Amino acid sequence: MEIIPGITINHYLIVSAILFSIGALGVMMRRNAIIMFMCIELMLNAVNLLLVAFSKQWADTSAQVLVFFIMAVAAAEVAVGLAILMMIYRNARTTDTEVLNKLKW
Amino acid sequence: MSPSTYVFWFLTFVAVLSALNVVFTKNAVYSVLSLIVTFFAIAGHYFLMNAQFLGIVHIMVYAGAIMVLFLYVIMMLNLNETFETNKDTFFHIAAVIAAGLLLVTMVAAFAKTDIQMQSMVDNSEIGYLEELGKVLFNEYLLPFEIASVLLLAAMVGAVYLSKKEIQV
Repeated sequence: MEIIPGITINHYLIVSAILFSIGALGVMMRRNAIIMFMCIELMLNAVNLLLVAFSKQWADTSAQVLVFFIMAVAAAEVAVGLAILMMIYRNARTTDTEVLNKLKW
Repeated sequence: MSPSTYVFWFLTFVAVLSALNVVFTKNAVYSVLSLIVTFFAIAGHYFLMNAQFLGIVHIMVYAGAIMVLFLYVIMMLNLNETFETNKDTFFHIAAVIAAGLLLVTMVAAFAKTDIQMQSMVDNSEIGYLEELGKVLFNEYLLPFEIASVLLLAAMVGAVYLSKKEIQV
């Protein structure tokens, strides 16, 4: 079955997998904590996109409500996370995770 | 190919290219701007799937609030130029290979999975505000209220963390 004319759920599965992988790549590759944070947002959005596609596939509104809650949690996460980053920057003068290695043995 | 198919591929290419730009650009401000482009493309996908409410909320929350917060923090920390330590290319290649393996694993799992293609009932109404509101305020009323408590707690936490006196 097609979600929109010519596009099936498989297309959205692939697109979401690509976006999620790019986000994971960013978390692994970059060392700036803010960029890593943005890549986490990208991964969250890949999942949201797939949830909306599946809600269309199954004609179920609950998935879109779940996306709504994910957005609320992401907003809360960003507020607290950026506050933590600000505090780290104020104490360590950097957001580079290569320098912030005091908990690494 | 119908027009919506072209729109789908256009939005997909925009989203993937700007997402790659987020990861590979050196300047943090350009990363944020690329991520905003990605979010607009994803909002376009929502509109394409007839989920107008989520599309609008996505633009407001992500492009309007979250990314402005990121830009604000980058401005306050003065991270315009790159602050990252130089790493060897081996590390970059290892990260790219790991992410590529993740993608291959996910795609292979999707290919193996038999997603039941059930015959859809008429779903053109699914993304409308009216339908969403009915479900949200009947079935999901308690989670909705708890989400507001979560946002309040996050706000209090952010304000407390931003106070000057705290020392790590």
